[in-house]
Amino acid sequence: MLKKRIIPCLDIKNGRTVKGVNFVNIRDAGDPVELGALYAEQGADELVFLDITATNEGRKTFKELVKDIAKHLNIPFTVGGGISHVEDVAPLLYAGADKVSINSSAVKRPELIDELVAEFGSQCIVAAIDARYVEGKWIVHTHGGSKPTDKELFSWAKEVEQRGAGEILFTSMDHDGTKQGFANEALSQMASEVSIPIIASGGAGTMPHFKDVFEQGKADAALAASIFHFKEIGIQELKKYLKDNHIAVR
Amino acid sequence: MKTAIIKYNAGNTQSVIYALERLGITPILTNNFDEIRAADKVIFPGVGEASSTMKHLQEMKLDQLIPSLKQPVLGICLGMQLMCKYSEEGNVNCLNIFDCEVKKFPTDASEKVPHMGWNTLYNTTQPWINNDLEDKHVYFVHSFYAPVVEETVASCDYILPFSAALQKDNFYATQFHPEKSAAQGAKIIENFIKL
Repeated sequence: MLKKRIIPCLDIKNGRTVKGVNFVNIRDAGDPVELGALYAEQGADELVFLDITATNEGRKTFKELVKDIAKHLNIPFTVGGGISHVEDVAPLLYAGADKVSINSSAVKRPELIDELVAEFGSQCIVAAIDARYVEGKWIVHTHGGSKPTDKELFSWAKEVEQRGAGEILFTSMDHDGTKQGFANEALSQMASEVSIPIIASGGAGTMPHFKDVFEQGKADAALAASIFHFKEIGIQELKKYLKDNHIAVR
Repeated sequence: MKTAIIKYNAGNTQSVIYALERLGITPILTNNFDEIRAADKVIFPGVGEASSTMKHLQEMKLDQLIPSLKQPVLGICLGMQLMCKYSEEGNVNCLNIFDCEVKKFPTDASEKVPHMGWNTLYNTTQPWINNDLEDKHVYFVHSFYAPVVEETVASCDYILPFSAALQKDNFYATQFHPEKSAAQGAKIIENFIKL
């Protein structure tokens, strides 16, 4: 049986993990390679590395970092952040990344998805969508959630699927950072409207939240950052909890 | 011990190189016939579309070389599918090493296609793929599958039972990505290298 995936997400700036990571048993909590390898060892199913660097110099560092991650990691990983052209993607995939995620640039120019799919295949293109519930509608936002767009979540999700994206990474900005659980209602509606895998993001705070996102939210994978970084939930104990609650995990 | 990875237009071979390096092996990435023939082990990776990749293999005459190899050859993912007789992906005749026709997963099923993620191996019949590691999960990404046939040496279930691994004579193949399948995958690569 295909298993539900648990995906820790690491934010990278100038080659280092940011957003405070609180680990006592690794030498350098800022080193994304070491942290990624530790998560892999603990049973993470995939990893996401998001480059939040704004400078070109930092971007070059990121490409070098992707190579280093691929050398040390024996599970699949996705990289994203600042990808706006086909030419941005090839170096990341050839460095060893399995998938790339695109967000604002796809909203701005949806044809980018078609171009990436034609060049690299659906399986390595993850469409990341950030949305917020505004006056009865889920509205897609870009630029780290700061800019509202005229796109509605579910129609945009269907469009990225039609354009060939292999997966959707949906972050509910209303839930992100609250630790009150995932946006299960929106997630399950999305699952009924698209047939590509959905990675749920935003709101993880407790182990039951993960059970709920798989059962109620119908998600294929769940992504979280701080609860793993701050060791509020260990990946091994989370997997055990989910198994005990009859969720199929690895 | 020389390990050659066949260089052609399909997919990212870097992950396979790194997986071998983690086992202490430095492979060569080559499309040179003499180098490939002289290697102790040959790996035929692949991510991409079957018919365009077959065309590329034909242009490079690799379609003649690969079936003629005598040392252990390991096909991975699309590499495995191309080692079959025929693929529905672009309706193309393939290398005809395994007597098996690659089909598309039915999309009317309630399960999503591609089959993407971690799934379990069962009916593992050969020592290279059958080990005592407790965790039998491996990582898959594919929309086409090889049915279970006589040459199947490991099975997996998604929508229907399919071949997770095939073997015939000196030809070995996995539908999953051992290079991305954590400890279980590393063990399978190691077993192949030690053949």
